[in-house]
Amino acid sequence: MRIVFYRLVAVFLPLTLLEILCREHVIKPLILPPPSRILLGLWAVIANGAFNAAIVKTLANVGLAIVLAVVVGIAAGAAIHRSRPLRTLLEPLFSTYYAIPIYAFYPLFIVVFGLGDTPQVLIGFMLAVVSMIVSTLAGLDSVPAVLGKTARVMQLGAVETVRSVTMPYAAPYLFTGVKLAIAYAFIGVIGAEFIMSGTGLGYEIRFAYDNLDNDVMYPLILLILLIAVAVNMSLDHWDRALRSRRERG
Amino acid sequence: MPRCNTNFGKWALVVRQPPIHVSLRGVTKEYESKLGRTHALGPIDIDLRRSEFFAVVGPSGCGKSTLLDVIAALVPPSAGLVTFEGQPIGNTVPDGIGVVFQENACFPWLNVADNITFGLRRQPVERSEVERRLQDALQLMGLQDFARAFPAQLSGGMRQRVCIARTLLMQPRLILLDEPFGALDQQTRLLMGDELLRIWRATGATVLLITHALDEAAMLADRVAVMSARPGKILEVIETGWPRERDSQIVSVPEFGAITARLWTLLRAQSMQALRPEPV
Repeated sequence: MRIVFYRLVAVFLPLTLLEILCREHVIKPLILPPPSRILLGLWAVIANGAFNAAIVKTLANVGLAIVLAVVVGIAAGAAIHRSRPLRTLLEPLFSTYYAIPIYAFYPLFIVVFGLGDTPQVLIGFMLAVVSMIVSTLAGLDSVPAVLGKTARVMQLGAVETVRSVTMPYAAPYLFTGVKLAIAYAFIGVIGAEFIMSGTGLGYEIRFAYDNLDNDVMYPLILLILLIAVAVNMSLDHWDRALRSRRERG
Repeated sequence: MPRCNTNFGKWALVVRQPPIHVSLRGVTKEYESKLGRTHALGPIDIDLRRSEFFAVVGPSGCGKSTLLDVIAALVPPSAGLVTFEGQPIGNTVPDGIGVVFQENACFPWLNVADNITFGLRRQPVERSEVERRLQDALQLMGLQDFARAFPAQLSGGMRQRVCIARTLLMQPRLILLDEPFGALDQQTRLLMGDELLRIWRATGATVLLITHALDEAAMLADRVAVMSARPGKILEVIETGWPRERDSQIVSVPEFGAITARLWTLLRAQSMQALRPEPV
């Protein structure tokens, strides 16, 4: 319980300090309104409903990018794991992948795929998929050979072995991959909306910024922050539950 | 051909032997690697009689585990023939063979009960029958109080019991044990040996035990095959002559010392050869 208390202090102490600095106009309202006003603004934004379409659109695109990254990432990871030449070819590329500024390709994606949602989903997918491939490879590498032999002794077929032995053993690694894929998909989609898009939360934040509309911009930033924290905390909770059964001694 | 000692002398000729359960004829195994072809095993010619407890000892790296893998159809032989119940063994593990490995083969995401029933639940067996066999196995292995525990909560010996119980649930007619107590301390190994003998008598299965522990082989087996350094060949098969009803207290009888000493005499030179560095 003490750790929870310290965590709350770590969050609320800087917020209280910020509140005081904003209210005393040490930080000008044009730069940052007090946190309490941002929170009330968030309530107003949600109650107003004007941004519901943007919220739904962003979350749908993020969800699509996640699903694609997880499915393609696991399938590609499993294929690369089975093929030694493919692995030798691709593995060095994975380690340098995140050094590539994916957003640089965004104009190209717009030229190829048009101004719809596809380029944004693609950016989210491209950022997320490699973390899923790398986690899948790590998970499959971790499966002890003796479990494969056990599956053969039990006369399990290839599909049943993957479903009942390999994937459950690799699950903690895959889960880490899913967590990273979710984070990267959020960054990719919202970042893409921010740069070049006519809809979505990223676009609304940029539009508010361009119009110096702090009553919309900061509440929407807070909304994204809360969604990201809530999703991450839920995943962490599941991750701990998953690992605790396997690792408690 | 291996020489076969017997304590029954000439009377062995008139005692009816149980039928052959597993037969190996001219079995060899060679591996290809970047360094060239490695002759790992054989040629091996042995017969396992139905319901006998057969042990194989040999120096490190002599191919004992490879021999087990070949019998279990986990690895194909390079040459020779393995038959189980008169049928040649192919590329898949035949029905009626169970294997317990040295490494921890428990599924860490499943509790003890789910680990034990893992294989049987995938067979066309009634749920009530699965439950009945589970309760029997839990009872037999002394795991009644741990059915809901996860492998990470168990000691190495108890995890190995879970793996043995999982194998027993499939009611194998041939149980292959690849150094199953290799990671356990001496006291636990002796007790597990007692449990193994009890299971062997209760199930009537043929048991093949691969081990590096001479005392374990001498205590548990009806016959012990001694293998040479790589490429592993059978140097001799020693018949222990123990009664079927036996336990770890057999280590205190003088014959046990004599058998262990005989095994060590055969193995000493082979073990020294195995310790020599390989020519580069």
